[in-house]
Amino acid sequence: MDFDLTEEQQLLRDVAKDVFSRDDITKLNEVTSGDPGWRRDVWGQLAEIGILGLGFEPDEAGQIEIMVVQTEIGRHLAPEPVAQAALVPGGLIAELGSDTQKEILAAVAGGQTLLAFAHTEPGARTPDVAVATQARDSGDGWTLTGRKNPVLAGDSADLVVVSAALPDGGTGLFLVDAATVQRTSYRTFDGRRGAQLVFDNTPAEPLGDGGDAGEHIARAVIRLSSALCAEAVGAMDEALRLTTEYLGSRKQFGVPLSTFQTLTQRAADMYVSLELARSMNFYAAMSIADGRYDPLIAARAKLQIGRSGRHIAQEAIQMHGGIGITAEYPVAHYAARLTAIDNTLGTADDQLRTLTARIGDYEVVSL
Amino acid sequence: MKLALSESDAAFRDELRRFFTTEIPADLRERMKAGHPVFPDDIITSQRILNAAGLAVPNWPVEWGGKDWTPLQQQIWLDEMQLAGVPEPLAFNAKMVGPVIAQFGSQELKQRFLPPTANLDIWWCQGFSEPEAGSDLASLRTTAVRDGDTYVVNGQKTWTTLGQHADWIFLLARTDPNAPKRQAGISFLLAEMSTPGITLRPIKLIDGGYEVNEVFFEDVRIPADQLVGQENQGWTYAKFLLGNERTGIARIGVTKLWMAQIKERAAQVTVNGKPLLADPLFAARVAEIENGLLALELTQMRVTGSDTDGKPNPASSILKLRGSQLQQAATELFVEVAGPDALPFDADLDSPSWAQDAAPRYLNYRKTSIYGGTNEIQRSIIASTILGL
Repeated sequence: MDFDLTEEQQLLRDVAKDVFSRDDITKLNEVTSGDPGWRRDVWGQLAEIGILGLGFEPDEAGQIEIMVVQTEIGRHLAPEPVAQAALVPGGLIAELGSDTQKEILAAVAGGQTLLAFAHTEPGARTPDVAVATQARDSGDGWTLTGRKNPVLAGDSADLVVVSAALPDGGTGLFLVDAATVQRTSYRTFDGRRGAQLVFDNTPAEPLGDGGDAGEHIARAVIRLSSALCAEAVGAMDEALRLTTEYLGSRKQFGVPLSTFQTLTQRAADMYVSLELARSMNFYAAMSIADGRYDPLIAARAKLQIGRSGRHIAQEAIQMHGGIGITAEYPVAHYAARLTAIDNTLGTADDQLRTLTARIGDYEVVSL
Repeated sequence: MKLALSESDAAFRDELRRFFTTEIPADLRERMKAGHPVFPDDIITSQRILNAAGLAVPNWPVEWGGKDWTPLQQQIWLDEMQLAGVPEPLAFNAKMVGPVIAQFGSQELKQRFLPPTANLDIWWCQGFSEPEAGSDLASLRTTAVRDGDTYVVNGQKTWTTLGQHADWIFLLARTDPNAPKRQAGISFLLAEMSTPGITLRPIKLIDGGYEVNEVFFEDVRIPADQLVGQENQGWTYAKFLLGNERTGIARIGVTKLWMAQIKERAAQVTVNGKPLLADPLFAARVAEIENGLLALELTQMRVTGSDTDGKPNPASSILKLRGSQLQQAATELFVEVAGPDALPFDADLDSPSWAQDAAPRYLNYRKTSIYGGTNEIQRSIIASTILGL
């Protein structure tokens, strides 16, 4: 057992920090209110460093590396959809794709091609492997019919990896040219991007040999969940750092706020929340890295991240006072992002429902 | 990063599991799991078996019976012990006075006290808190005045846990009332409980039980060779002791075991025609606490893994703070499961004894956020030491 990053992973963290920490909140606000909502030059740098292809060759890098990068994304409020537009859908192509399909990955890792993973459907609070979107084989090729929403980074995708129910049962994965899909793009409340995609007998190419890909879909969801947990931990870490800095510098009644024990005691509780979240984030990523793709572990991590994220976001705002809910100061943006992450792939209470259904399966709870 | 135990650590765990579940008598472990050990016999029996196998004081220096284990191995030892229902070696001996004597005591003190302390031939109790010195321990007023070869001690200690079984007490007393800082005038002394002038008064707690005491010192003559380390350096030793006290205080293994018991009992209680365990409101509370335990267990692994040169990590305050909250949450849940069966106390009824124990234990366990440095003190440590506030 070992909780330390390797030297290479530390290097990756430092490089990611350099790339993502470039802009202040004023500049980030400009970026997220324009199109595409993130920085193309940063995307290019990420491609150069090799971050957009992390995990495509599992022997070279895996979930720990993804966690390291995602934490820096969270810490610096970076709007680039690294996991959503590259790593998670790319990981599915890497796992299942034919040799020809895998050629796409070079362009993904190189930053030229943008992907999205279209799996979640309206009404599904937590992603189930089974979906309502239908796949049909008309004889001269497959078509898909159905609706996917929210599709994270679906607004800018060139190619979409889509899940659909197979005629003979099971859930398959297909590649679809985004230009052939009816797409409604939108901005999310936290300044990120998504889309609703509607498929109406839309031509689709089975990923790899086709057939049931349920296990791979579940794994992709678990990888995305872990990536979001890591991003949330970065966000919480910075929200707490900003708060403690503010308590030390802001004066009221002629003294720094840090002289008020009612505030410092609560800041200590925020630290406890942060460290518990960090531990569960490690748990999620380390389990995947060990080859344990367990939805229960994903739910455990996301429950803690949801609880801690809510707590830290609310307290960070409260201790900042009015400035804490302005757009010109970063703290509220962290709160927005943490809220959005909680509502992606199932809220904390959704995770709790997953866990409560299983409490009778074991006596003593264990890792 | 790697979550799984190494092969050698897994073998280490398996061997300890075997030892604890085969060498410590099953009836003793059952009494412990049920929350009714026989005091002090079960504690002594268990610690002597452990000590004979070299497993009572692994945290001590090797020459005095320690094991030179990694922090992870120490944690495995503790977790497996708790999960097996084996009473932990008496904290006052193994975690408190033993390490202080080993670290700061003279060779004579070590030879005289460490072997019987490890074997629980001496049962120690703690004389730190006073009526006017709780969280603000350095304001203590008990005095020790040097008179030839003895210290003459006067004052009062309180919250002395299990003092009724104790043979000896370790205490803090003021030896220099004129020290520039009040922390600088305190010494760490050892006294036999039978010394003339020491009297013990039990304090009955709300659960009806008797586990803490007041200890009065009236012109008590303590031989000067029972001073640990140097005169007026006691505060340093006390801080060392309190840092050790906080590690392992999370008691995650015990709370895990309780949660398993809570689920087992809730499965047999019916509410609205179905088992309480299947009720969403109740099940959510269980799942939330279980998740909190795993998050804390992982945090504990991180903290113990990062310990350097024996200095306590300030992050161990998380373990005390959160560990106490989870213990309290579990004791609350026992009361919830018991429902109306929680009302009879010590009654000769066929209502289960665990249900009769539930409310007293819940009330008793409010202590966990108070002892070992209150949770407010832990937050202050986090705020000042970690957050720089």
